[in-house]
Amino acid sequence: MDWGAIFSNAAVELISPTTAAYALAALGLAVHFGYTGLLNFGQAGFMALGAYGYAISILTFGFPVWGAFLVGVGASVIFALILGIPTLRLRADYLAIVTIAAAEIVRLLFTTNSFASVTGSANGLSGYKNEFAALNPLAAGSYGFGPFENNAYDTWLRIVAWSIVILAALFVWQIMRSPWGRVIKGIREDEDAVRALGKNVYAYKMQSLVLGGVFGTIAGMIFALPRAVVPSNYQTTLTFFIYAILLLGGAATVLGPIVGSMIFWVLLSFFSGFVSRAVEAGWFPFMTGVQGSQLRFILVGVAIMLIVIFRPQGIFGNKKELAFVR
Amino acid sequence: MKPIQLARRFTPRMIIVLLGVLFAALTLSTFSAGSAHADEVGTEYEFALSGNVKYSGDPLEGVRITAEGGGYEAEVETDAEGKWKIGVPEKDTYKVTLDEDTLPEGVAVEDGANEFQAEFDLIDSVSVNFFLGEDTRETTSFFNQFLDRLVNGLNFGLLLALAAIGVSLIFGTTGLSNFAHAELITFGALMTLVFSGFGLPVWLAIIIAVVLSGALGFTLDAALWKPLRRKGVAVIPLMIVSIGLSLALRYLYQFFFGGGTSQLPGTGQADLKFGPISISPIDIGSMAISIVVLLGVAYFLLRTRIGKATRAVSDNPSLASASGIDVDNVIRIVWVLGAALAGLSGVLWAYFRPGVSWDMGFQMLLLVFAAVTLGGLGTAFGALVGSLIVGIFVEVSTLWIPSDMKFAGALVVLILVLLFRPQGILGRKERIG
Repeated sequence: MDWGAIFSNAAVELISPTTAAYALAALGLAVHFGYTGLLNFGQAGFMALGAYGYAISILTFGFPVWGAFLVGVGASVIFALILGIPTLRLRADYLAIVTIAAAEIVRLLFTTNSFASVTGSANGLSGYKNEFAALNPLAAGSYGFGPFENNAYDTWLRIVAWSIVILAALFVWQIMRSPWGRVIKGIREDEDAVRALGKNVYAYKMQSLVLGGVFGTIAGMIFALPRAVVPSNYQTTLTFFIYAILLLGGAATVLGPIVGSMIFWVLLSFFSGFVSRAVEAGWFPFMTGVQGSQLRFILVGVAIMLIVIFRPQGIFGNKKELAFVR
Repeated sequence: MKPIQLARRFTPRMIIVLLGVLFAALTLSTFSAGSAHADEVGTEYEFALSGNVKYSGDPLEGVRITAEGGGYEAEVETDAEGKWKIGVPEKDTYKVTLDEDTLPEGVAVEDGANEFQAEFDLIDSVSVNFFLGEDTRETTSFFNQFLDRLVNGLNFGLLLALAAIGVSLIFGTTGLSNFAHAELITFGALMTLVFSGFGLPVWLAIIIAVVLSGALGFTLDAALWKPLRRKGVAVIPLMIVSIGLSLALRYLYQFFFGGGTSQLPGTGQADLKFGPISISPIDIGSMAISIVVLLGVAYFLLRTRIGKATRAVSDNPSLASASGIDVDNVIRIVWVLGAALAGLSGVLWAYFRPGVSWDMGFQMLLLVFAAVTLGGLGTAFGALVGSLIVGIFVEVSTLWIPSDMKFAGALVVLILVLLFRPQGILGRKERIG
């Protein structure tokens, strides 16, 4: 068994753009769920808006990178307002059902054949990377070392992605220490008490929903840059994986989503590498290679259950800072 | 853009046609003002697109064909033998379109594929064929289509209701929004597939599947949900546990059954016609089973002692407990009942879709949630009403919106209802903020 390849493939995931995208999306979810107590199950919808907003702006309208970026962010702000207006006054589980439904509506809109000329229907979109690659200041060649060695475009993408993640994390860290953050955390602990203090709980929740949603949207753009935009990537399962990452790291933490994402992807890659090679080597005679790749999703599900039951605050969470709203 | 080129070339056959009075009268409608009947255009060019338009062996005359591409555009009508030919200046890709309005009554291009991308590669002439079939769209009036969709929607709504009642009762008694209900639905269909695969008759396989589903509900409650309730885990962590369970079970199904779709025995029977409504014997059986089972559930909830206790727990668990109702027992019964109903719903869903696949329950889950929320969370009869509305809406809406968007339509309605009546249709007005 080639342990070296398994480990180096797993190490690649440590700083891959996909890991960064999941970390950023989970950070947005931390703002929603961990800090404000909003059960947003539509993060996949925000990510889809980012990816499609960016890709369609460039492919159909020929916008520059910054214009496409703004289109995606604008779309997600509008989406957050549409979601928030009917549901933020209602109980938490209503928001969960409405967000999950809205994310599915977004995905179905991008999947339907009716708009195939713009969205590419089920085949999705590709060929929107040149504009981003043109901004690359790095000379052609390879950078990094060992498993982290990449060509100029991939290095540039990693630098941009992780810079955004770090900036977002610093921003969340600071804003949660500010008076605004204290109100937000107060809403999570006891909404009525905050209301009694004369704060407009509805407006604060809405701001939180927009902020976390914008993080999700930018994550969707980062997620789309190393691959094509395909609607089936933005299913509800994506949201569940981001929840797994968030719960793993700790819902009400800044570092939790980032480290959680790294652990999630490294472990997932290690596990699938190990299982596929073990199946090849005949260690698991009852399993085919395809089954091996499904085994890891079963484990993700079991992991979500175990974390919630036995360590609800996650790896970095503080037990005193309640990991869950009641 | 170059003007449309219409060649005016009189062929000998054309002259004969003009001389024959009767023939001329018949073909009069295909003449455009001032232009002769042109079955070949652009003959000066060396490359050509050609074809032959026939419907069940008979040539169709006067069907308009247009070709467009490389800045060139031409139009032609088929001759008495159904033939047409368009000469083109360059080897390029041409979009060849058949004008469906010029087809005779009752004939249409199959699958609406009246456009064809014709490409020249090595040869100088490309033949383009359109596949014509009976036009079913124009033979059905709007009202008849509506009736047909309505019956379909009723069928779908009834099977949704079977699953939704379980979700609603579990929510009412435990406060849990059970995402793993999707996997209970899939479980029923998968077990039917397995046992009918053993050679058992379908009805027996369905009964075994429903019993096993109930057993699964019992096991889940005893092994997972009851200990968690004892531990005092709050509602939202419980919901996330159910999401984890849903993921784990779903991929477990895929692990064992693969990613493909299989059919239950008896799927795809010919439709029976009742006036405008075409319905298969399976659909009739499905509706009959749903109605009987739903009536049984209604009797259980309204007339039996334990059913009344269930509604009491659903209404107010602590008050029910204080008045001597064994809440744990009620919750256990709700889990068994809910899971068995979900399993049955899965079997019917497998016939409705049709097909059994590992994620079939998850495809339906959001509609079940929409139905439960529409009817009012926690009310069993609200779930029934909500399901019928969602089922009928999903099917009838395909008259106006593309069918790959029909689920989205139902979800939009869900959001709109929450905007104006958050407690649902049958829900009691209370503070849910």
